[in-house]
Amino acid sequence: MFRLENVQKTYSRHGATVTAFQCAEMTIDAGEYVAILGPSGSGKTTLLSLLGGMLSPSKGGVWLGEQSLYELSVTERAKLRRELLGFVFQTFNLVPYLTALENVQVPLCLAGISSNEQQERAALMLSRFGLTERLRHKPSEMSVGQQQRVALARTLVSNPRIILADEPTGNLDPESRELVLNSLTECHREGRTVVMVTHDPVAAKRAGRILQLIGGELRDQGDAYGRRSAA
Amino acid sequence: MRLPTLVWKELRERPSAMLTSGLTILLGVAAVVAIRHVTVHAEGEVHRQLVALGANVLILPSEATLQDYYAADQSGKTLPEEHVSEVFFAGLTGVEKVSPKLSVPATFSGQPVILTGILPQSEFKTKVAWQSVSMFAPKKHEACQRAKSLTAEPDEAPEALAKNRSIEQLNKNEILVGADIAERTGLKSGKSASLFNETFQVLAVLPRTGTVDDGRVFAHLHTVQRLAGTGEVVNAIEIVGCCEAAAGDLIPQLRKLLPNTKVVTISQVVQTQVGVNRLITKTSWFVLAVLVTIGCATVAGAIAANVRERRREIGTLMALGATPSFVSRMFLLKALWLGVGCGSFGCLMGIGLAMWLGPQWAGVAIQPLPGLSTLAVFSASGLAIVAAYWPARKAASLDPCVCFQEV
Ligand SMILES: Nc1ncnc2c1ncn2[C@@H]1O[C@H](COP(=O)(O)OP(=O)(O)OP(=O)(O)O)[C@@H](O)[C@H]1O
Ligand SMILES: [Mg+2]
Repeated sequence: MFRLENVQKTYSRHGATVTAFQCAEMTIDAGEYVAILGPSGSGKTTLLSLLGGMLSPSKGGVWLGEQSLYELSVTERAKLRRELLGFVFQTFNLVPYLTALENVQVPLCLAGISSNEQQERAALMLSRFGLTERLRHKPSEMSVGQQQRVALARTLVSNPRIILADEPTGNLDPESRELVLNSLTECHREGRTVVMVTHDPVAAKRAGRILQLIGGELRDQGDAYGRRSAA
Repeated sequence: MRLPTLVWKELRERPSAMLTSGLTILLGVAAVVAIRHVTVHAEGEVHRQLVALGANVLILPSEATLQDYYAADQSGKTLPEEHVSEVFFAGLTGVEKVSPKLSVPATFSGQPVILTGILPQSEFKTKVAWQSVSMFAPKKHEACQRAKSLTAEPDEAPEALAKNRSIEQLNKNEILVGADIAERTGLKSGKSASLFNETFQVLAVLPRTGTVDDGRVFAHLHTVQRLAGTGEVVNAIEIVGCCEAAAGDLIPQLRKLLPNTKVVTISQVVQTQVGVNRLITKTSWFVLAVLVTIGCATVAGAIAANVRERRREIGTLMALGATPSFVSRMFLLKALWLGVGCGSFGCLMGIGLAMWLGPQWAGVAIQPLPGLSTLAVFSASGLAIVAAYWPARKAASLDPCVCFQEV
């Protein structure tokens, strides 16, 4: 599904060049559940942005299926994200002035789906996360756990093939953490590709494969039982 | 939910963020619309006056300054009344009417009014008759098409004073009242009223003219002179020429005849008004330019600040699949609404202001001008979009990775 070849992302600041991420080769297959582990500043978010088509690499190429992502225009990549990708953010990133229902409608709105269908699908998705009573609440009127559930509903409402999650459990209490991880496992079981960035080794164990990022370099750690992937 | 819903919800959430720019648009449009309404109507009024009074000449005391034709006799300076006869018997060509005026402040039914003394045209005729031959009387202007000699056609009803600026018959115990005064006092023709402790008969109520004449009481010149104790003086002598050409020819002759006076034509008076209007118009363009600059700057600033504080939201929307054009439209639409909303409201305010202040400041009644108003709202909206263009572009080119940044 994803293929990275000789990818390097560097930032130049005040004459000094920082390599945020580099890897010679990496593949993530369709339907895989991959966890990316690494300390702070190791380039996890950078990798996720590269996969999401939101950050042009300084060198090398990123392929999604047969498509070289960064040969597409900004608009084409936006459309691709809309159709294929779902993001889960550490800080949920709900739109503060919209209600839970409206927040979940956003991806459908961007896809140009009719208002009625938007509402139906968003309400259904929220009810799956047990938020039927909270449709008209704004993020500021909800608990942290409820906010993350709204965010998950928003990610899944457009039925994306690929889920990219950046520290999805970072801000949560154990119960909510469990719910999020279960949702991601569920997604994986449904056949979606899941890439989760985390610095929590316990959470990473849920994944089928763990990639270790150290100082911007990627190492394959094999699966939770130490088995290395074929790639 | 659609893009406009999204924009509307954001705008409604924190309207205060857009308060300054909205207020700038509102006040800017209000000011421009008000000024333009007044100048457009004032120009129309000047034109109307010019047509109505085209051939008139005023003789004023040499010290008098002149701003408003209709108030020319209110300077307080005087001329000897004998100038009236001098003009009359000089036998000048093209003179149709000679009407002297003396204005004094008075109290009428408990209200302060301007009491204006006028001389009925019939008295000139008596003089002409008394002179037995019209050899001294004003001569007919040969070239004039609509020429009518002084003695030929009498003014019709007393109400004609409002339009013709002279009256045929007026007894010494009769008065004419302006429309405003009649309205305030409830006087009607045929009733009697008291002035300077004397009783007068109301000959007529004058139709509304929209000028200072609406606030005047007219009486016989000699009555006013006696009541006010001014002696045989007048403030101004208005000469109605038979045509524009005649009025032009009259000027040098009158200047020679009455060297110690100021002789001006109506077009000269109106020219000063036109000049004043031009100045106001120029000023209004200047004001417009300043307001447009300030308005654009505040809108651009407000939208740019909005983009800055919504960076993460924009990044998130982009991660969810919003295209750069969607993002820029979010901000352009917001600016458009600001322009349309505040522009329309400002426009209504401007029209209201003009209708309220126009009659007081410029002496003209204001009608709303739909074309001008629409143009103002359109321009405000257009400028708001132009101002928001760069911040909106900036939002569209934002790095979507900001969505991963923690707050
Ligand atoms: N826009 C940028 N400009 C300059 N340097 C950057 C930029 N973004 C990231 N970096 C650098 O790249 C490196 C990797 O950053 P990244 O955010 O990917 O780390 P991370 O593994 O996600 O860290 P964390 O666990 O704290 O979120 C860091 O050293 C960071 O300073
Ligand atoms: Mg990170």
